[in-house]
Amino acid sequence: MYETKYQRASNVEDAAKMLAATDDGKFISGGQTLIPTMKQRLAAPSDLIDVRNIDAMKGIAVDGSNVSIGAAATHAEVANSNDVHKACPALCDLAGMIGDPHVRHMGTIGGSIANNDPAADYPAAMIALNAQITTSKRTIGADDFFTDLFETALEEDEIVTSITFQAPSKAAYAKFPNPASRYAMAGVFVAQVEDGAARVGVTGAGSSGVFRHGEMEAALSKDWSEAAIKNCKVDEAAMLSDLHGNAAYRANLVKVMAKRAVAAAG
Amino acid sequence: MTSISMSVNGKAVSGDVEDRTLLVQFIREDLRLTGTHVGCDTSQCGACVVHVDGKAVKSCTMLAVQASGSEVTTIEGLANGGDLHPLQTAFKENHGLQCGFCTPGMIMSAADMIARYKASGSKLDEKAIREELEGNICRCTGYHNIVRSIEDAAAKMS
Repeated sequence: MYETKYQRASNVEDAAKMLAATDDGKFISGGQTLIPTMKQRLAAPSDLIDVRNIDAMKGIAVDGSNVSIGAAATHAEVANSNDVHKACPALCDLAGMIGDPHVRHMGTIGGSIANNDPAADYPAAMIALNAQITTSKRTIGADDFFTDLFETALEEDEIVTSITFQAPSKAAYAKFPNPASRYAMAGVFVAQVEDGAARVGVTGAGSSGVFRHGEMEAALSKDWSEAAIKNCKVDEAAMLSDLHGNAAYRANLVKVMAKRAVAAAG
Repeated sequence: MTSISMSVNGKAVSGDVEDRTLLVQFIREDLRLTGTHVGCDTSQCGACVVHVDGKAVKSCTMLAVQASGSEVTTIEGLANGGDLHPLQTAFKENHGLQCGFCTPGMIMSAADMIARYKASGSKLDEKAIREELEGNICRCTGYHNIVRSIEDAAAKMS
């Protein structure tokens, strides 16, 4: 790992100021992606501003159908939250599938979405749940937040502080994990939101990162069943292709995962 | 260099470290507690698992400065003097180790999962143990006896 300088922020404003004063600093939360990347010398931030201990970014609050999750909530906290489980058990299932128990003790929801790894799990849920992502500057709808591979609408000194969404009437996440890394080869989060409208978020497979599948959404909005998406097309040209699986393979996986998710949501 | 201090196995420790120092380096090289192992360089194998503030984490994927102010427990902190921890006894009695390299991480992960399942009141059966060991790799592939060891210890610790 290259040299770096570490500072711990105690509130959101200080964190933004600390970052602004650095040459090429980065925020660190759980660090479960950033530290391995730095160990491989694929990232070399001059400074690390630790936001994991900021109280205002902690905690989970569920009020009726409103769910609010602090950006520093760990995957283990989301997976084991009784309140989230009542509102949206699919999100607990998803959080419990990330990495392994040790990674889940450190990794955070804010860190995951700010990094926007194309194979990360949370982005699929964020777009399928139409989540609102609150930052140190504004609130951004999930559809506008994830822009490309490892790219988001966040500015350099902007920090994700919380995530809110309305509990769906039903939802489920189905993931085909890479057997070695546990990252999604394809992961599909399906949700039935207001007025029976369906939203389908796909991660792990798209060559531009997470995306919504409009044709499946239209089909499921009319008829929530596996049969409804049987004839939907997944465009191979928009799929990732790498040593783990080619585009045709991933396109098929997306469909299979979508069917499994629809069946699991009931 | 940054001055850090933390509690390790109930003892207050401090040191001056480069900010890029990993927690596992501080534990092994500064504190000379070499029971915690480094088996991979990619955060996958789990040989380096320690408890930080009561939770199992990979000490190769956390900076020492991030752990400053925390309470850390390593494999050396489990036994009570000459009395082995029930997990250590169970691994011994069930042939839960072959080369032994992954064992410290396996035992620290096991202690964490047993405590979590006990707190939540759910049953830690064989299937759950195997799922919980997702982040720990044994290259002797001796998983069968590792799972039996954890089942045995969990029963004795309940």
